[in-house]
Amino acid sequence: MLNLFAAAAAPKMAGFAITGELLFFAALAGLAMLSAVGVVAFNNAVRSALCLVLNFFVLAGIYFTLNAEMMGITQVVVYTGAIMVLFLFVIMLLNLSAPALLQDKNDPKTAVGMTLGMVMFTLVALQVLPGLMSKTEPGAVDGYGSPVNVGRALFTGFVIPFEAVSILLLIGIVGSILLAKRRF
Amino acid sequence: MAEWYDNLHPVWQALIRVLLFVGPLLTMVPALIWFERRVLGWFQDRIGPNRVGNITFQKKDKWVPEFLRGKKIRLFGLIQPIADGIKLFLKEDITPSSVDKVIYFLAPALALFPAFALGATLPWGPFKGLTPVADVNIGVLWIMAISSLGVYGVVLSGYASNNKYSLLGGLRSSAQLISYELGMGVSLACIALSTGSLKLTDMVTAQEGPLWGVVPAVSNWNILTPHGAIAAVVFAICMVAETNRAPFDLPEAENELVAGYHTEYSSMKFAVFFMGEYAAMAVYGGIFATVFLGGWHMPIPVRWDYIAESQPMLSGVVSYFQWADFWMAPAWFLLKVWIIIFGFVWLRATMPRLRYDQLMSLGWKTLLPIATVNLIVVATWLLLQEVAGPGPALALSVCTFAALWIIFRAVTRLEPAKENFLPNRQISMVEVKPAEKPEAPEAAVA
Repeated sequence: MLNLFAAAAAPKMAGFAITGELLFFAALAGLAMLSAVGVVAFNNAVRSALCLVLNFFVLAGIYFTLNAEMMGITQVVVYTGAIMVLFLFVIMLLNLSAPALLQDKNDPKTAVGMTLGMVMFTLVALQVLPGLMSKTEPGAVDGYGSPVNVGRALFTGFVIPFEAVSILLLIGIVGSILLAKRRF
Repeated sequence: MAEWYDNLHPVWQALIRVLLFVGPLLTMVPALIWFERRVLGWFQDRIGPNRVGNITFQKKDKWVPEFLRGKKIRLFGLIQPIADGIKLFLKEDITPSSVDKVIYFLAPALALFPAFALGATLPWGPFKGLTPVADVNIGVLWIMAISSLGVYGVVLSGYASNNKYSLLGGLRSSAQLISYELGMGVSLACIALSTGSLKLTDMVTAQEGPLWGVVPAVSNWNILTPHGAIAAVVFAICMVAETNRAPFDLPEAENELVAGYHTEYSSMKFAVFFMGEYAAMAVYGGIFATVFLGGWHMPIPVRWDYIAESQPMLSGVVSYFQWADFWMAPAWFLLKVWIIIFGFVWLRATMPRLRYDQLMSLGWKTLLPIATVNLIVVATWLLLQEVAGPGPALALSVCTFAALWIIFRAVTRLEPAKENFLPNRQISMVEVKPAEKPEAPEAAVA
């Protein structure tokens, strides 16, 4: 999102150099935005899902450029590799290829949705962007978010939430097995 | 590393690293295809492709130089993959009329991408700065992440082809890859635990230590440790399943699905799928060698440094081995990779293809529990090593394994006996009764 505002906020940023890293980031960010638009713009469910895959993948790339390898790779493992495969699997099994049903012309929901979306975007942007305006490079300390630090944080400070989430997941697995095994 | 290399811009350095990895990998793929066909031929008691590239010069021809007349150049069919490539390149490229065009063209590329990206964290030698493409602290996670992307090529080709066999192949494949990723991830987690790092270079370094922390002359290859051996077996099976190789090649089972997900692909697009499969084989072989077989070290697990120290008499001889261990590292690495590829081919030549339900039950009911128990045992072992030292820890971890096995048996015995709801799908060679003698028809007697 930053590259869109970079032009508007240019007078503020004196001494703002266009480096290779910035261009790389801009390319990734632009690709992420395009694919995000593609998710909602395509009529074909499989193409939308593929755009979402691309979006997640590019997002992981942005994390990599910010020296957050752990975050990026988790993004790929969890979203690109697991969740989106299940999405595609379901879409293909249900064979959702009826774009006629999805196109409702003159639907007031579209306008309302777009307005609410813009409001949401403005709210988030007001909160997030002022702090990021003058930043041109990652500011985290070295080793922030590395596997060692994340592991240590999970098993010391956040051990109770971590265990609670584990139990929740276990319940989910057991529940799904129970549902699958039930004979009607 | 040479000074001129260190002075290069990091981008050029990265490019050199990528080329040094991808170049040999691309060169290996045709060699791999030839190797597989020759070895399969050997297993099946036939010759295999041994002709292409052989040149026999005429005895009386003015164009042939004197020293070549009547000579024969043998290449043992090494050019065969190139001939295959030319054939595939020149074949008609058919695009069926009702395919989803964009995804149809995208799918082969998506199938090739993970095979090459997978090795980005793989060290093929001790040369810092040249070998792994990115020595990041997430090496093993990277392998898991990229191997999970391998599904897309297969699933999308199955979907886009608009063919029921392709779709079935794609669906089977996605189920198979998701199932076997779990076992693979947990078995790699065991090694990550015992190494204490996710870096593949650290894993190689950890395997240079004394075996089990006890035997100083033998290096601690993960496959020689009890937990590592179990993890290696699980990983090897999952590796074969992830590359869609026989006996796990259900997505392209030709007796059921024509050619599975690539039924509708012809010419170079098919060749790209083919290349992806073989490149993935080579890279998985490299991962197995790095994680379990001591990485780029000499294929004998001996600690030369220790021998040179403890037996000064031998230090002269040992120094040659140390030199070879260091400078011939890529050769050792390749040798290990080829041994693993031979294993792949061996499996293909020996094992019949699994049934779909057998595949699923192997992945979920056998490999995953074994890998999980292994993970618990490794964790116990590490804890005990901190408390009681390496020797007792090893003994106690064996006890842990035994205890978990007993619990597992007790739990599985609690389940009610399975009713045999599809008896006709089971073939038992012993219980087949001899065919009853048909009674002589009355009419014939009369």
